Amino acid sequence: MKIIGMQNNILINKKRCNSFRKKILELSQKVSALHIGGSFSSVEIIDCIFNLVKKKNDKFILSKGHTGILLYVILNYLNKITDKELENYCKKDGILGVHPDYGVSGVEASTGSLGHGLGIASGIAYANKKRDVYILISDGELHEGSTWESALLISSKRINNIILLIDYNGLQSSTWSKDTHPTLVPIDKKFKAFGWDAAICDGHNTLDIFSKIKKKKKGKPFALICKTIKGNPISFMKNKPLWHYRSPDKKEYVTALEELNKNER
Amino acid sequence: MRDKLAKTLFFKGSKNKKIIVLVADISPDGKMSEFQKKYPERFLNIGVAEQSMIGMSAGLAMNGFRPFVYTISTFALYRPFEMIRTDLCYQKLPVCVIGMGAGTIYASLGATHLTQEDISIARSVPNLQIISPCDPFELKQAINFCADKSKNPTYLRIGKKGEKNFNFKESEIWKFGKLRKIVKGIDICILTYGPIIEKAFEIREYLKKQDITSEIYSCHTLKPFDEQRLKNIFKKFSKVIIIEDHSEIGGLASIVKTNAYEARYQGSIASFSLKDEFIKCYSSQKDLQERHGLSTKQIIKKIKKIFINE
Repeated sequence: MKIIGMQNNILINKKRCNSFRKKILELSQKVSALHIGGSFSSVEIIDCIFNLVKKKNDKFILSKGHTGILLYVILNYLNKITDKELENYCKKDGILGVHPDYGVSGVEASTGSLGHGLGIASGIAYANKKRDVYILISDGELHEGSTWESALLISSKRINNIILLIDYNGLQSSTWSKDTHPTLVPIDKKFKAFGWDAAICDGHNTLDIFSKIKKKKKGKPFALICKTIKGNPISFMKNKPLWHYRSPDKKEYVTALEELNKNER
Repeated sequence: MRDKLAKTLFFKGSKNKKIIVLVADISPDGKMSEFQKKYPERFLNIGVAEQSMIGMSAGLAMNGFRPFVYTISTFALYRPFEMIRTDLCYQKLPVCVIGMGAGTIYASLGATHLTQEDISIARSVPNLQIISPCDPFELKQAINFCADKSKNPTYLRIGKKGEKNFNFKESEIWKFGKLRKIVKGIDICILTYGPIIEKAFEIREYLKKQDITSEIYSCHTLKPFDEQRLKNIFKKFSKVIIIEDHSEIGGLASIVKTNAYEARYQGSIASFSLKDEFIKCYSSQKDLQERHGLSTKQIIKKIKKIFINE
């Protein structure tokens, strides 16, 4: 029923996600080192969790901490982070740095070093099994042994209230993960072999993310491989490792903004 | 110490439902196995997965639990070091990481199982408290502190088995962050921590025969260190001996010497620490310590040279 209702809101969801991207672009003109590519690939995923899926007591951990800016923009939209705090992002007296800090309203864990989130999530989930713990990791974090260590632990200890979202944009900071780790795929089968339920979705399609989460099996932890495009939907950012860190210059900013406006129509 | 640890955790765990024990493939015996049977939901054998163990303990502490994570010291601190540093210390979570069999205890297992530089490493991490009890009595106090009062992560460096108690009527009470006088003396002060305190008492006996009295302190809390009390010791004694089962880099000897410099201490300090070397000696801890120059005989020989025949 909810899925049908959501279809009516496709435009609203799209508009909201677009507004987050625009806000990130706006902030990009004030600071450098923004990790814009990885932020743009995760917009629909984090938006879907916070605005459509997550219940009040559920938790969300951004394990791919380098996209903290996106989390802040969404937390600002939800009034957890003030406009002033957001404006002071990466500034001398600000409380928000590139990577999220535990203690900031809405931030559940200090992340930034890859491969830490799933371990922390396992403890949060075990502490209270009546709520769900959502965690977003990058596909690069699947190179980390600690991620697989925790994946094995979570299914073995039957910590089933974990929903792991993988931003599978295929790009690390330097190159394509298919080049460094051609055996990384199939990811879903790996998780299934580790005792998880797993599915694949279009990570830029809110309806697909939402419905796959709703259809997850009970009694197992769930991994959702979200196929995304780094830098999406900006033409000159898409699938370019350069945009892992970079902030757009003035001209690029204008072009990107125009593209986002077109995208909204 | 393992038995005392298990007994104390079992007692604390029966009183406080937020105490949870995570072990990395350590076989629970004695009271630990009773803890496991009685509170299976609060005793988790994580397996050979130390990084996950620390990460999970962080998540539990964020949600009101008091986790005690427990394994052999090298695997407790070195293997998951970044998780300890970032998940526990940066986020300031009250998790107690217990490193068992620290220093040279596992001599016959070789360097893979020794922690001769753990305090040096742990001391440099902000927010991380370091406690190294000298005997089962102090261990119990340390566990009580971590279970009831501590607000920060703690690295609890402990021995293994068979340690005697060195707690006497004249001994001061144990207090976190404070040096603890174990026995009184006038002529020489001996500073130590951990089970190697046994050697301090052997030296005290030798000195006694020479009509020299010695005062022994357990420096159980290596961080934060009781610098004020150390200043008082510098005022009272012109001769200080340091004995530790740890590298000469970054342990008690480093702490005392830095403080001595800052206090413009005019007395003499003789320190006995492990050498900055991976020394192999697979027969026993005693033999390995001897290769490091830490046998009681070697220590006495040097003390004679420095303090007695000076």
